[in-house]
Amino acid sequence: MATATITTESGSGGHSPGRNYLNESSGILSWVFTLDHKRIGLMYLVGVMSAFLLGGTFALALRTELLTPGPTTGMTHDMYNQMFTLHGAVMTFLFIIPGIPAALGNFVLPIMLGAKDVAFPRMNLMSFYLWMGGALFFVLTLFLGGLDTGWTFYTPYSIDTNTSVVSAVLGAFVLGFSSIFTGLNFIVTIHTLRPPGMTWFKMPLFLWSLYATAIIQILATPVLGITLLLLFAERTMGIGIFDPKLGGDPVLFQHFFWFYSHPAVYIMILPGMGIVSELISVFSRKAIFGYRFIAFSSLAIALLGFLVWGHHMFTSGESKMAAIVFSGITFSIAIPSAIKVFNWLATMYKGSISLATPMCFAQSFIVLFSIGGLTGLFLSTLSTDVHLHDTYFVVSHFHYVMVGSTLTAFLGGLFYWWPKITGKMYNDIQGQIAALIIFVGFNLAFFPQFIMGSRGMPRRYYNYLPEFQTYHQLSTYGSYVLGAGLFLALWVLVQSLLRGKPAPMNPWGGNSLEWHTSSPPPLANFEHTPEATDPYDYHANKYDPAVGGYVPIPKAQKTVDPYGGIE
Amino acid sequence: MDKSQDTAQFVAPPWVEEGSTFWFPVQSSTVAPQVDWLFHFILGTSTVFFLLIVGLMIWFTVQYRRRPGAPLLESPHHSTALELTWSIIPAMLLIPMFFWGFIGYVEMRTPPEDSGDNEIRVTAKRWAWLFTYPQFDGFASDTLYVEEGKPFKLTMISEDVLHSLFIPAFRVKQDVVPGRYATTWFIPTRPGEYTLFCAEYCGKSHSDMLAKVVVYPAGERAEKLTRVIEIEEKETPPLERGLKLYNRRGCAQCHTTDGTAKVGPSFKGTFGTQQKLADGSTITVDDNYIRESILEPNAKVRGGYRAQMPSFKGQLKDSQIEDLILFIKSLNEDKK
Ligand code: HEM
Ligand SMILES: [Cu+2]
Repeated sequence: MATATITTESGSGGHSPGRNYLNESSGILSWVFTLDHKRIGLMYLVGVMSAFLLGGTFALALRTELLTPGPTTGMTHDMYNQMFTLHGAVMTFLFIIPGIPAALGNFVLPIMLGAKDVAFPRMNLMSFYLWMGGALFFVLTLFLGGLDTGWTFYTPYSIDTNTSVVSAVLGAFVLGFSSIFTGLNFIVTIHTLRPPGMTWFKMPLFLWSLYATAIIQILATPVLGITLLLLFAERTMGIGIFDPKLGGDPVLFQHFFWFYSHPAVYIMILPGMGIVSELISVFSRKAIFGYRFIAFSSLAIALLGFLVWGHHMFTSGESKMAAIVFSGITFSIAIPSAIKVFNWLATMYKGSISLATPMCFAQSFIVLFSIGGLTGLFLSTLSTDVHLHDTYFVVSHFHYVMVGSTLTAFLGGLFYWWPKITGKMYNDIQGQIAALIIFVGFNLAFFPQFIMGSRGMPRRYYNYLPEFQTYHQLSTYGSYVLGAGLFLALWVLVQSLLRGKPAPMNPWGGNSLEWHTSSPPPLANFEHTPEATDPYDYHANKYDPAVGGYVPIPKAQKTVDPYGGIE
Repeated sequence: MDKSQDTAQFVAPPWVEEGSTFWFPVQSSTVAPQVDWLFHFILGTSTVFFLLIVGLMIWFTVQYRRRPGAPLLESPHHSTALELTWSIIPAMLLIPMFFWGFIGYVEMRTPPEDSGDNEIRVTAKRWAWLFTYPQFDGFASDTLYVEEGKPFKLTMISEDVLHSLFIPAFRVKQDVVPGRYATTWFIPTRPGEYTLFCAEYCGKSHSDMLAKVVVYPAGERAEKLTRVIEIEEKETPPLERGLKLYNRRGCAQCHTTDGTAKVGPSFKGTFGTQQKLADGSTITVDDNYIRESILEPNAKVRGGYRAQMPSFKGQLKDSQIEDLILFIKSLNEDKK
């Protein structure tokens, strides 16, 4: 067996430096053609973080332009419109949708299952190259005259504008395939590659959330694909589906678009919730509370997510009846989300809580997600939504959910699995400071937007009335603080690569299978095929200062000391 | 609505306009108080939950912080009763939000019977709003003139892309979709001037697509608007007035100014010429013929056209007909 060879070759044995997936082979081609899910995950990680950097640069430029009501930085109307469009499109399609599943999920999903790889490694590589292709189309769009439709591509403006809608639409279309491939791969992997003894209800919750996400990716993404193809046909051939001049219906486009894009919001948030479930449990050293409720609430969110798209169109002229039904279903989706928050709190109760960097991010997540979720209630309520729709209140709400929550979960997961991915430890105190700065900066940037939104500031505005300036200024300064926090986080990670201590096998005391292999893992993930464990059993390991991490408690000793010592 | 008093207690920060609260601009329509009231109800409920969540999180973090050497405590891993409780209680609280939201929305979307008496036609076009007042001889303006205490109904159409009419002070928003009429209505409650925004992204100057809303005190609209119209008419050169009328009153829908025939004949270069009528006789296109055609369009129909033009009798004042004739004459001069 391959695993056996690795053990003998590694010489020093155990989890000490030896052969791992990073040094198993070298040269650029060993990466370009790799079928190893860990390397693909890593390439995705570099990709999505570059996309984030690009989108973030646009964001800071936008915010700087909004410091004063009129022109501030020399950016024109047209430049502003293109910039917010590409900011939104890059962040959504290139960063937040693939971020957690394709980068972190790809890395940890098979290891958590004790498997050697995903079910279809070639499809996995293909999905990465499709992502690259989509990203190239977006970059191409920048050079072909930009895009100024907003990331929603609403018709008939998207048919009318002379910017490069076609290349952007093709980009999003290709990215859709990438997303479908990832989802399909995950579903098959979870179904077929679970180790003996790992029943569905023994699976780590992160895998449940990826499973629920994959269902949405497979079912919703084709609708986006078809919608984009129709838009493409409309623009190039004028077939008259969405263009009122040709007898088409612009609102039909909105229905199609949100039928994908609303579930897509859950593609963004569900994996984040999965990560947070892991983090809260590990850093409280408490089995997750209400495992089944959390698992089922992920599925409930995934399924209900398909029924609420109409809440984006309460002011578009849809019938009263439709609006009422969509509002009702939207409220029902709040409940599974609330359940998760309470379960996380109950997990912390009587725990042994450590505020290591990943936990700081997990706690930021709880605060920011609560704000994002609760402000959703104002938008699900019909009469208040009429006033708030298309204002900065909405901008703030979705940034709290997409950025405040998903981005912090992503960062939490990144700091959590970083030692496993790279084999290096980072400076925890600097990590905590970065998390704090990100939290403060984020709230300063986005909270004022709730106020200016309900006071009547519409979104996608280059100019604004002077009465909104104070809020805009606070928001802009907040975005600088946020940017600084993010750069600090990046610096901490880069520093760890340069001079971090080697990571032990299990630095945090987790008990899911990825903590049962060396850091970084060998090519085949494990040296010996692992046995399924209870991922939330914290009596199974204890802190060993000599290793700088957690080590399994020998079976004999377990009966003597049922609780195991901790740090 | 006495509920409005509650919301007025929320103190506004020093830099915001007088009369507004922390979260909202001034309330100046009948639906505003209920929107604000419901907003504050949701805000209150959310704040309680938020403080509960964050409070518990901080408390647990401090109380159960990791202490070296301490044994792990035991506590249950699930409790169906507890989990059902915290699913059902929030669910119950969501029902009134949904319900009041729905009641308010139905009201916003159901214009009262008499709102049709004060209909205003709205045309949205990149990047301006045009309000046409059928009760004021089709006067059209880029300002929305309404009156305290009366219901107004807006019938809106877009000439190009999506727009959305948003008046924050009225808490009213309605998308305007090309190819179909959209309607909304409101009863203003507070005289003053407000801003109307375009809320649906419509391209380059989307953020400049603002208009002024003027709310006159009860009973003063007719008089004040007449004066506005007079002043505007005095200040506009007659030829320009003619052109505006020609477009606004729909002449352009059937008559072109470039020589091509539509439903009716083009006006390019026709003034002063001899034209054959449908009954075979010949007339001269002069001031009298144009005036007659506007008031009694079917009296003398041009050859090759059907009697389809509506009469504008009672809808156009003599001075307006005068302006139109001037405009039509000018189309001849262009040619020379
Ligand atoms: C550094 C943090 C960020 C700042 C300061 C920022 C700022 C902004 C601003 C100013 C707008 C334009 C709002 C408008 O006028 O309507 C915007 C729009 C948007 N942002 Fe961000 N943003 C940030 C991060 C993100 C991230 C991480 C994502 C997603 C992962 C994201 C997704 C979006 C989307 C989808 C839009 C809407 C674009 C559109 O209207 O077409 N943003 N953001
Ligand atoms: Cu507009």
